[in-house]
Amino acid sequence: MKQTIVQHTDLTFLIIIGISFFFLAVITALMFYFMYKYSRKKNPVATDITGNTTIEILWTVIPTILVMVMFFYGYAGFKQIRNAPSDAMTVKVTGRMWVWNFEYENGVKSDTLFVPTGKPVKLELNSVDVNHSFYIPAFRIKEDAVPGRKNYLWFEPTEDGEYYVECAEYCGLSHSYMLSKVVSMPKDKYDAWYNAPRPKEGADTTKPKSDTLKTK
Amino acid sequence: MDNVSYLDYKGKHKGLLGWILSTDHKRIAVLYLVSLIAFFLVAMTFGFLMRLEMLTPGKTIIDPQTYNALFTLHGVIMIFLFIIPGIPAVFGNFFLPIMLGAKDVSFPRLNLLSWYFYIGGAALVLISLFTGGGPIDTGWTFYVPYSLRTQTNVSLAVFAAFVLGFSSILTGLNFIVTIHRTRCPGMGWFKMPLFAWGLYSTAWIQVLATPVIGITLLLIILERFFGVGIFDPALGGDPLLYQHLFWIYSHPAVYIMILPAMGLVSEIIPTFSKKDIFGYGPIAMSSLAIAFLGYLVWGHHMFSSGISDTSRAIFSFLTFIVAIPTGIKVFNWVATLYKASIDARAPFWFVVAFIIIFSIGGLTGLVLGSLNTDIHLTDTYFVVAHFHYVMFGGMGLLFFGGLHYWFPKMFGKMYNEKIAKLGTLIFVIGFNGLYFPMFIMGYLGMPRRYYDYLPQYQIYHVISTIGSWVLIIGILILVFNLLKALLSKSNTTTELNPWGGTTLEWTVPTPPPLENFDVIPTVTHGPYYRPNLIKPEKSH
Repeated sequence: MKQTIVQHTDLTFLIIIGISFFFLAVITALMFYFMYKYSRKKNPVATDITGNTTIEILWTVIPTILVMVMFFYGYAGFKQIRNAPSDAMTVKVTGRMWVWNFEYENGVKSDTLFVPTGKPVKLELNSVDVNHSFYIPAFRIKEDAVPGRKNYLWFEPTEDGEYYVECAEYCGLSHSYMLSKVVSMPKDKYDAWYNAPRPKEGADTTKPKSDTLKTK
Repeated sequence: MDNVSYLDYKGKHKGLLGWILSTDHKRIAVLYLVSLIAFFLVAMTFGFLMRLEMLTPGKTIIDPQTYNALFTLHGVIMIFLFIIPGIPAVFGNFFLPIMLGAKDVSFPRLNLLSWYFYIGGAALVLISLFTGGGPIDTGWTFYVPYSLRTQTNVSLAVFAAFVLGFSSILTGLNFIVTIHRTRCPGMGWFKMPLFAWGLYSTAWIQVLATPVIGITLLLIILERFFGVGIFDPALGGDPLLYQHLFWIYSHPAVYIMILPAMGLVSEIIPTFSKKDIFGYGPIAMSSLAIAFLGYLVWGHHMFSSGISDTSRAIFSFLTFIVAIPTGIKVFNWVATLYKASIDARAPFWFVVAFIIIFSIGGLTGLVLGSLNTDIHLTDTYFVVAHFHYVMFGGMGLLFFGGLHYWFPKMFGKMYNEKIAKLGTLIFVIGFNGLYFPMFIMGYLGMPRRYYDYLPQYQIYHVISTIGSWVLIIGILILVFNLLKALLSKSNTTTELNPWGGTTLEWTVPTPPPLENFDVIPTVTHGPYYRPNLIKPEKSH
């Protein structure tokens, strides 16, 4: 089974935090130990130590190797985040103050992102006014929607469910209300919603969606 | 000339004029100190109100527009009026010439002018609140296109930041020349105190990077008034160009904020360890390395902006590299304590707190330098937490640390050390209570600059808000303890060297006289050299 983006990101996080915690613990422990062992009471006269080339090289080289490892994990995960599979379905996402709009390949429009579970989805991000950022915390992905630019993002939901979409780039008064949802559902339910007859272009498609959700 | 202290000196002008027209580096430093602390307390109050608003979802005390203005002003005031000038303008001005064995900085009048630019910029920020469309609401980053579209008074506020930039440039220029030209006989580059190395590295960033933000901010004003089409996508401009230009300055600027604090740590540790610093050369060179590498990593603020994947990878790689010199400093500081003779007085407590808090801030920065984790965490509370751990836990803590270290020398008064230690302890507890929950809610997906939030984040917001109260109590204890010492008449001290430091400022009278030295000193040893220590055993 291929590692998902979520697993890879969480693993990278744990590796970096793990190494960091080790360093933090060693630094803190040594500092307090020295403060105790070499307090003025216990050690009234210090030893005239001004440096040590070997140890300077060691604590330059070892951390360099470690951060290269961290970089590698981050980069490997990043490549996955950026390379959408070729069979991904495309949805156009438009940010405007302060809503998200989704437009599907057949012209269907929605303010909630409905997707079939198990199918990769590629989002083409754009904005009509200021910078926004399309963020799905549960999937660990985010990319800005910048006016005049075509940015993209992809994900593949592995389980049915509802996941929050948040705007992560400050965009004014109602920035914190610029929320939406990804609703991931079984393919047949999704197809029923996707192909449902709609009254006319630009009509509110949020109502039929909840009906289809109930019927199946 | 007799040794009248700089505080009592009577020049051409008397009273307040004797201060605001004085070109004495120490008086200018005190002018900065008073103004900086005033602005710090204002911005702290804004932060307090923001935390109070975050206590519950929905409206707690203020409406969204006020909240957006508050976090913008909190950032603008803290960054441009406190953290950036911070340690160089106060302690650099006061102590750099003395530590170099000089009578003043190279350009005393330029020095006073830079304070006027500072106060002028601050006045413009204040005026911007009550004129035009009212308080700016863009966030301290002034991102376009929002900053072009909002009706609030962006033009005047960014012009204020432009003026403040001149203050920073002039201070930097002054320090570079002072360090090159006024070191006393015998003080070669590698006999300079490490605080001077920190200021030197900082000064080059101030001189070279600040003009970039100056021009960029002017372009915002130009775009707002005339629609020239540089940044506005509706006119064919590029919003990402703005982000590049902004961070080309603002990333090096975080090193303007932290390098002087690191220099201060390198002063305080040898003094209270009663021994020479471990790795003088590596610490001095790592300051220069940070200043240089700091120019090459701005793109890590833009990992989700849509810049090319290749450039994201390069910026991530370079960001990891810049962590190395910072690590080297921390290791050398801790190694200095080995076989030392440590007297953990009040200023030392700030350094201990700094090393832990700053390390947490620095290490969590690795998570943000890594590409996949940054994509998840950028623009969330994780970044807010990281930033406050490095900036407030770094520069902020050491600003107070420096104040406690040099307070007796600056004012000839001694504060109550027990209360100072108590204040530090409460500060540290409150600090972690305030900012640590932000790491967690950031990972859980709480975006920054949100007026309202989903109910699952509330528990972390509540802890954080309570932490802010504790932190503020700690800060107020520290401030009032120093104020009390300053105003009381009984605790005067003229002791030259209360902590047993080895640098030149501990050889001049307390408080120092107008031109610091009667006779310019001659230096024969490194800054932290002490005779009569135990000789280390040779390992071969």
